[in-house]
Amino acid sequence: MKKQLTKLAFISALAVTTFLPTAHAADYVIDSKGAHASINFKVQHLGYSWLTGRFDKFSGSFSYDAKNIAASKIEVNIDTSSINSNHAERDKHLKSDDFLDISKFANAKFVSNSVTDKGDGKLAIAGTLTLHGVSKEIVIDAQTIGEGKDPWGGYRVGFSGTTNISLTDFAIKMNLGPASDNVQLSLHIEGIKQ
Amino acid sequence: MNNTNLNYGSVSIFFHWLSALTVFGLFALGFYMVDLTYYHPWYKTAPELHKSIGITFFLLMIFRLLWRSTQITPSHLASHTSLEQKAGKITHTLLLLLIFMVMITGYLISTADGRGIEVFELIMIPALGSMIENQEDIAGLIHQWLAYLLIALATLHALAALKHHFIDKDNTLNRIIGKRQKLESINEKTVN
Repeated sequence: MKKQLTKLAFISALAVTTFLPTAHAADYVIDSKGAHASINFKVQHLGYSWLTGRFDKFSGSFSYDAKNIAASKIEVNIDTSSINSNHAERDKHLKSDDFLDISKFANAKFVSNSVTDKGDGKLAIAGTLTLHGVSKEIVIDAQTIGEGKDPWGGYRVGFSGTTNISLTDFAIKMNLGPASDNVQLSLHIEGIKQ
Repeated sequence: MNNTNLNYGSVSIFFHWLSALTVFGLFALGFYMVDLTYYHPWYKTAPELHKSIGITFFLLMIFRLLWRSTQITPSHLASHTSLEQKAGKITHTLLLLLIFMVMITGYLISTADGRGIEVFELIMIPALGSMIENQEDIAGLIHQWLAYLLIALATLHALAALKHHFIDKDNTLNRIIGKRQKLESINEKTVN
């Protein structure tokens, strides 16, 4: 009986903390379903040109309130097998253990630690990127694009962000030459208010 | 030129050894090319060569099968046990099957994005495009493991031939290197 009571108390506490509406920021789900979001990368080829590609599958959510930026949070999960550089042989190579090693690391993840308002709709989103099994602190320089009601009864807000990562930092061993260690990631995110 | 009941004809012998050379050559090239560094002079050329030879080999194998269908198969040597006859038959069928499966999976890797395969910069083999998700990875994995299996089986096939030649001292290997056996030798063995 006593055991059951404690169990009940625990469940109630959990329910209250989980379902209590958070006053400060609204929750959004990234519209990957409607593909109003993309995660792209850009890397130099031999130092002579840019090669671009993207991750076709990812999901995520964030909380955001324009009046209380510091309370914002974002989490994005990327299916690494969905890398697409518009070339099957290259994508196969990118998924192999020379690069992403998707058989071991099927997911990449970004979780924010802090969001700083830089004014003028600019945000600095600091957080942990886990890629190829390596977790590293990065900062995404983001920009608010717009927010408001959509024509179908929903509410949306969108951002763009960029960051740079080094392949060696994430223990990706393939050497593409000195100009190609640095990869630019750019995210275009639209969230639908929940 | 034609096969007889006793011997393989020159065309069959030619196809056999050209296939052997190509299978081992393509395997070595494939094994070598996947670990080349990005700045290696062969990084781009080796896969192009591998694909060009692979497609050409496919055509060769079609001709080989067509030729085979018009030919009689020389009968088993009398010295072969029924187990050896069965094992040999299964191995030969599996080798042919594996060769085709490795070629098809190879094609499915390179054409998964709708790009065709260029053969020696001369002709373009059209792509069927992507039929399953992550086709290049799945086809790649099958291509790799079937190639290992093919090489293992081809090695077994070669070892068996050497065993017949040096241990059993029969004509199994002689027949495929073109040393024609005469009717009498067969009769002798049959009589014994």
